[in-house]
Amino acid sequence: MKKILTTPIKDEDIAGLHAGDVVYLNGLLVTCRDVGHRRLIELGQALPVDLRGNAIFHAGPIVVKDGDGWKIISIGPTTSMRMERFERDFIRETGVKLIVGKGGMGPETVEGCREHKALHAVFPGGCAVLAATQVERIERVEWLDLGMPEALWVCRVKEFGPLIISIDTQGNNLFETNKAEFNRLKVPAIAEISKEVRFIK
Amino acid sequence: MNMPASASPVPAPRTAPLPDKEQAARELTDIMARFTGYVGKRLPQDVLDKLAELRERETKPLAKVVYDSMFDNLEKADRLDRPCCQDTGALQYFVRAGAGFPLLGELKAILGDAVRQATKEAPLRHNAVETFVEKNTGTNTGTSIPWIDWEIVPDDDTCTIEVYMAGGGCSLPGAAKVLMPAAGYEGVVQFVFDVITSYGVNACPPLLVGVGVSTSVETAAMLSKRAILRPIGSHHPDPQAAKMEALMEKGLNDVGIGPQGMSGSASVMGVHIEASARHPSTIGVGVSVGCWAHRRGTIRFQPDLSYEILSHKGAVL
Ligand code: SF4
Repeated sequence: MKKILTTPIKDEDIAGLHAGDVVYLNGLLVTCRDVGHRRLIELGQALPVDLRGNAIFHAGPIVVKDGDGWKIISIGPTTSMRMERFERDFIRETGVKLIVGKGGMGPETVEGCREHKALHAVFPGGCAVLAATQVERIERVEWLDLGMPEALWVCRVKEFGPLIISIDTQGNNLFETNKAEFNRLKVPAIAEISKEVRFIK
Repeated sequence: MNMPASASPVPAPRTAPLPDKEQAARELTDIMARFTGYVGKRLPQDVLDKLAELRERETKPLAKVVYDSMFDNLEKADRLDRPCCQDTGALQYFVRAGAGFPLLGELKAILGDAVRQATKEAPLRHNAVETFVEKNTGTNTGTSIPWIDWEIVPDDDTCTIEVYMAGGGCSLPGAAKVLMPAAGYEGVVQFVFDVITSYGVNACPPLLVGVGVSTSVETAAMLSKRAILRPIGSHHPDPQAAKMEALMEKGLNDVGIGPQGMSGSASVMGVHIEASARHPSTIGVGVSVGCWAHRRGTIRFQPDLSYEILSHKGAVL
């Protein structure tokens, strides 16, 4: 059975979820990436979208004009780590409950998710048409002056996912655990290969 | 010789291109625009085969979820005729042209026009930011973009063009460095593993890893890019280099990065090495990375512009 989160997300909806769980999203998902974060946190500009209980997507879509509205052609996650500098403050300022992106995030985001009860989840990178077909409609766009990839696209989504939780509300970080394991496994692998490539004699 | 007096054996010098040349240029532009768009929507056959094999072999549940999404996505991209990843990259063309290819002189302009056309028609995301001006040109063209790499072949009149879409995520891990000879090939291995296990994790694995071993930083870097243009499953002709490719592929897979860094039974689609002779005091090493959505395509033109698509099975433009 698919585990589905619906916005507005409440603390108790996500308290029992763990890093490594797979969920889907119904409701409001707003794209927000580098400059969107910078404007709120560094430049102190108020965000033109209320994110309380909602979800953001680290993504820059391909969008085309469709009559009076817009249509998503392709939308996929970008590297979340670029937003690490801002995310803890961003969670505190906005009350966002779910952050969707690609790859892991760092200790500051982990703290933000623990303090304010939020999640970071991964949508499989490069699966941009799959994601686009799960966007029911674009409700509106803000900060279009930033250009297509950086603008805030307010999307209504249906069973958006799979979303693999990478940071939960208890301080677990899937990618940190994985990376420690990769670094442990790489040592014997390198040693093994090095024995076989002493071509300079 | 029995020649009518009016016929001149020496062609008159041309100042403007012939009209049929202009038409040929338009035709080539159109084909390259359509091919570029096509490459953004469908992966080459060797990549598809490799992904299917890795998916089949995968045992971890989260990794399987990711592989399922990838194939679902590819099917939808094909059916809806849309770019399979939203990041359609900075456009790069690797040209191998015969010195006698009729449109050799026009090719640079043709490829620029093809990119502008594909950007509108495919469509492609606007990914060319003019450096220092810090403005997105909105056309995917700008100073030296599309990036074109030339190789001219004497006594030949065909032209083979390799299209590559260099996405942001998969370009980020790129690194190059010059090692001292004491570091040996062991140093090359260490460098590759350090890059892949740190930055590679966010570059949408399973990755195609290109390694250049050469004399200095830029030659190693360029060879590493050429390495990821080689078809998956191909091997370096030198047996020691081929052995090193196989060892690094196995070693990286043993690290088990898995699709999207979720951990899984593979990390890479392959490791390719390209090498040149080098200065005795240096070992230049470069690493380039292709992501799972490795959008690469090869097309070969005859002088009359009839063409053959070598990378994609059954492709229709
Ligand atoms: S790394 Fe590749 S698949 Fe992933 S988002 Fe970038 S271009 Fe797309």
